[in-house]
Amino acid sequence: MNVLIYLIPIALLLGGIGLAGFVFTVRARQYDDPAGNAQRILCDQWDDRPKP
Amino acid sequence: MTVALRPSPSACPACAAAPAAQALGAAEASGPLALSLPTIHCAACIATVERVLNAQAGVREARVNLTLKRVTVAAGPEVTPDALIRVLADAGFEAHELDAGLLGATATDKVGRDLLMRLAVAGFAAMNVMLLSVAVWAGAEGATRDMFHWISAVITLPTIGFAAQPFFVSAWRALRARRLNMDVPISLAIALALATSLWETWLSGHHAYFDAAIALTFFLLAGRYLDHRTRAIARSAAEELAALEVPRATRLRDGEETQVPLGALSVGDIVLVRPGGRMPVDGEILAGNSELDRSLLTGETLPVFAAPGMAVSAGEVNLTGPLQVRASAIGSDSALHRLADLVAVAESGRARYTSLADRAARLYAPGVHILSALAFIGWFAWSGDLRIALNIAAAVLIITCPCALGLAVPAVTTAASGRLFKHGMLIKHETALERLARVDTVVFDKTGTLTEGQPVLSHPDSHSDAVLRLALALAECSAHPLSQALARAARDRGLQPDRVTRLHEVPGFGTEGQFEGHMVRLGRAAWAGAGDQGRETAAWLTLPDGTTHRFAFRDALRPGAEAAVAALQAAGHRVLLMSGDSPGPVAAMAARLGIEDWTAEARPEDKAARIRALKAQGANVLMVGDGLNDTAALAMADVSISPASALDAARVASDIVLLGRDLAPLPLALTTARAATRRIRENFRIATLYNILAVPLAVAGLATPLIAALAMSTSSITVSLNALRLRSP
Repeated sequence: MNVLIYLIPIALLLGGIGLAGFVFTVRARQYDDPAGNAQRILCDQWDDRPKP
Repeated sequence: MTVALRPSPSACPACAAAPAAQALGAAEASGPLALSLPTIHCAACIATVERVLNAQAGVREARVNLTLKRVTVAAGPEVTPDALIRVLADAGFEAHELDAGLLGATATDKVGRDLLMRLAVAGFAAMNVMLLSVAVWAGAEGATRDMFHWISAVITLPTIGFAAQPFFVSAWRALRARRLNMDVPISLAIALALATSLWETWLSGHHAYFDAAIALTFFLLAGRYLDHRTRAIARSAAEELAALEVPRATRLRDGEETQVPLGALSVGDIVLVRPGGRMPVDGEILAGNSELDRSLLTGETLPVFAAPGMAVSAGEVNLTGPLQVRASAIGSDSALHRLADLVAVAESGRARYTSLADRAARLYAPGVHILSALAFIGWFAWSGDLRIALNIAAAVLIITCPCALGLAVPAVTTAASGRLFKHGMLIKHETALERLARVDTVVFDKTGTLTEGQPVLSHPDSHSDAVLRLALALAECSAHPLSQALARAARDRGLQPDRVTRLHEVPGFGTEGQFEGHMVRLGRAAWAGAGDQGRETAAWLTLPDGTTHRFAFRDALRPGAEAAVAALQAAGHRVLLMSGDSPGPVAAMAARLGIEDWTAEARPEDKAARIRALKAQGANVLMVGDGLNDTAALAMADVSISPASALDAARVASDIVLLGRDLAPLPLALTTARAATRRIRENFRIATLYNILAVPLAVAGLATPLIAALAMSTSSITVSLNALRLRSP
């Protein structure tokens, strides 16, 4: 069972990365307009680069 | 709002910094503009609005928020909201300016993001601790189990310290006020679970409740977040209604007109009020004749003649001629606000209501604490082992912890509010639904609530075509609501106006002109040559032969008013009509809607007194009203509803705002509220049932962390699913 010494920190680290990502999305206000974001993906304008 | 800083091509960083700072300064000086777009609904709308606005000179960035149906525009100072509204109207979108200052509070929903963050941290920790716990439940032993417990402790302790703060703070506040709320048993259970688990882990014991403590925090935070989001949506929509009325006034100074915000006015300033405009201040008329519509303040539909020297108060609507008004009271000093303050002082219906959750907590919290204490004392007396006794006490607290109770109310109110929001109703107050469910008496205001506040010609068939043709010619040159109603009625009959020459409007009196060599007039009774002044809303026409003809008007019913009243009466509610208007129109309206109990010429204090009397008889009163004269009654009633067109003060005083013009959703609100309250009670029963099943196990010392986790999750999920049943009609 000594493998746990590696596995548990790895599990915590991966979970922590997910948490940090979530915190980033909250800070970047990605939950301010859920309805709009759901519609924007249907927009037919090309947006493969940021607007000038 | 972020400011886009374009990096300059310069190689020297200091050179780039100066223009960047300038860009920042300019952006802060002008501030973002906010426009409300009530009609947008799809991806194409978003794309069009953003493309059209970004194409405007001076616009740096336009960003649509579909959830709030709003666009925020970062633009230079040369861009005015009016220009943008015109551009959007050309593109086919209805737009209204929003007061950015009032919206500031909603744009940064700090509390919501804070809760979301705590929820995320608690969720992360709960998942990790659960994984470790599953290993322990599956049979990890000895050193492995101890290590898992220790890791759980290391994860749980800081997480609880951060994520469970809202409960600790609220519990502490309640205890300091010598009250008990749901957060007291929650906090105690979490704290006791942590303490005993730490002790157990220290002594390498079998059972640690870290997973229970953290899962409890997670579930309860989810309930808290749902609750907050429901109310944040309602609050933001309500604030948007307030922000739609951008408080501006036209100030006259040295013959020059300037548009200024209301806050910039001072007493003694001269304000110009155009026809159709609302009085921004209290004051005295200096110049100009007109008529005033006071229906929002008094409920009276009959316009009042206005001449120099007369006192006016904020909120009245100027109908015909421009008026110059010297301000005597502004903003919070004006009569409108003083009346609104009276409302705040008045004993409010909602303050005296104890919510179902609080009532449950009052029964539940002492019971749980006593039970837990008894289990502790019993086991300590019987076994003499402090460790076992403390473990059992903690198990009782955790098993009975009101996890499902914490979700029972928010899950239901979220589902019910969402359903009513779809039908155009905004639930502003947290206990509004519970209070609405108890209603048995409904009191309506007339002007502006059952009616739209817009006159229509009554008995159009009783007027001859010749008379209507002449009236149409005179009516069409005026913007007065009565003239417009008359013109609409004549046009509906397919009539063409007579040729009337030298047409002009005499503000405050009516319109006059020359017809076949005779002077003809349409307007107030005395001016048109008719002696008697009826109490009914009417306009008089002088015919070429010198006789007078009378046009009577009545208020147009709001769509759905008849259906709503009929449905309420069919559901067994007592329906009353209370109006500040004169008895004639009120009686006619009551007869038309089949309301037997009506009161006319009711002053604001009469309305409030009547509602107090009704409540003294044991009735639960719902007040539906819109005017300033209703605000005291709205605050006094058990629960109150106002239409979106109501005065700001009335909307603030009411618990529910009706967004559309239609009154038809009213009965639905009552049935939904009943269903919601029934679900809340059911949820409490479900939660209690789980407790009844689990408590004997805990007291007998048979509870394990596994049983605690199972009881908690199943009861929470059952309660949430039960609440979701409300969403389907």
